[in-house]
Amino acid sequence: MKKHAVPVLAALGAIGFVVSIYLIFMTTPLEWGWDTRADRLAGSSLFFNQKIFYFHVANSIVLFTAVFVSGIASILFLWKRSPKADDIASASTDVAVAFGAATLVTGSIWAKAAWDVWWNWEPRLTMSLLLWLILVGYVLVRRFAGPSADRVAAGMAIFGMVGVPFIYTMVGADSHPNSGMNGTVFTLGARLVPPFLASMVTFFLWFAALVIARVQSTRDEREVRELREQGLDLGVLQ
Amino acid sequence: MALVRQAARIAWKDLRVELRSKEIITTMMFFGALLVVIYSFVFPNHNDKVMRWSVPGMLWVSIAFAGTIALGRAFDRERENDTMRALLLSPVPRLAVFLGKAVAMAVLILAVAVIVTPLLALFLDAPLFDHGGELALIIVLGAVGMAIVGSIFAATLLKVRSRDVLLPVILYPLLVPLFVAGTETTSALLKVPVDLETAWYWIRFLGIYDAAFLVLSMWVFESLVIE
Repeated sequence: MKKHAVPVLAALGAIGFVVSIYLIFMTTPLEWGWDTRADRLAGSSLFFNQKIFYFHVANSIVLFTAVFVSGIASILFLWKRSPKADDIASASTDVAVAFGAATLVTGSIWAKAAWDVWWNWEPRLTMSLLLWLILVGYVLVRRFAGPSADRVAAGMAIFGMVGVPFIYTMVGADSHPNSGMNGTVFTLGARLVPPFLASMVTFFLWFAALVIARVQSTRDEREVRELREQGLDLGVLQ
Repeated sequence: MALVRQAARIAWKDLRVELRSKEIITTMMFFGALLVVIYSFVFPNHNDKVMRWSVPGMLWVSIAFAGTIALGRAFDRERENDTMRALLLSPVPRLAVFLGKAVAMAVLILAVAVIVTPLLALFLDAPLFDHGGELALIIVLGAVGMAIVGSIFAATLLKVRSRDVLLPVILYPLLVPLFVAGTETTSALLKVPVDLETAWYWIRFLGIYDAAFLVLSMWVFESLVIE
């Protein structure tokens, strides 16, 4: 079962990808755009660009999830000192950096299409950027902090997770409120819901597949290292 | 009560070392002053509007830069003589070690602000002392928050070779809310007319931020700093 988790999840993700692409491009009407002034779906300010929404939101929700996954796994690691929890925290951060990059790039394209600037410090964009920076910091620490990397990184993940509500309040109460998009999912038109859900499921399957694959490879690396050390001790290896 | 006494003793130890050598305090204050001079040149347009708009940022960037240097240097001192181990082995709870360190760090960071704030007021003609009480409050809260988070990570990075670069890499993303709160309060205080409501909103925000991270730090210090 465990062995097959990655191929199965990846295969489901691939199917989900095809399905969501189909739903996004074939079933949703093209002319629906997001009218930022009226804050509702209407008009045609976005045309084709509106389709980025499905992948953008899915990516960003994965990014948020990853922050909590690695925060909670890091608490478990510091508490129980279980290397498995540490592997999960590290894997989910690694993967989330990629998803976060996708969020920021798609968000930026959306901003260009909707508001005609590449970056406008829209609260959610800001929040994604800050979380992404914490994750990139985590990866750097992991890579360069030597023997104590696991502890330092765990600390960073926990502090980052606790900081989320503060970042949320901060960007919400920002003194420069820009074009907001409130209550995204609830205001979606009925025909936009299936592709939205399909891409959510797809990206979560991908996330799970990548994290499990990453955890397994870390574990294998450790095993190889230990075997090599044993071999060296026994004099079998040079 | 014993905890407070022990923490105070550790803080006082750090500060006494500093007061005798004056190494960090003098270099950091000079560094802060240099920053202000550089700001005055790179933002040369000294009209009132630009000043009100840029001084808050200058103040908090100086605190961030000088604070990071102070944190790194203060913990280097423990590493050079391998005294961190002695400190951790001393018959006081680890919590007291952490609190003592954080208090000493907060005092060092405040020393920078004490130099930078009047210099900004002088060179850029910023009316920073019109609401001195609120400004002092937000600076103290900012220094405390930075000292709390900074002490934890400076202590965990003690043995890491690239700690000088990694400390800001870790601290700045985590401290963004703190810097935003500080900047927003300062600019609200510089507004004409002064916007005390916004200022107090961010002061409360930073107070809660400090409290949350203090509790969290007290909780994780022991498992993070194990040597």
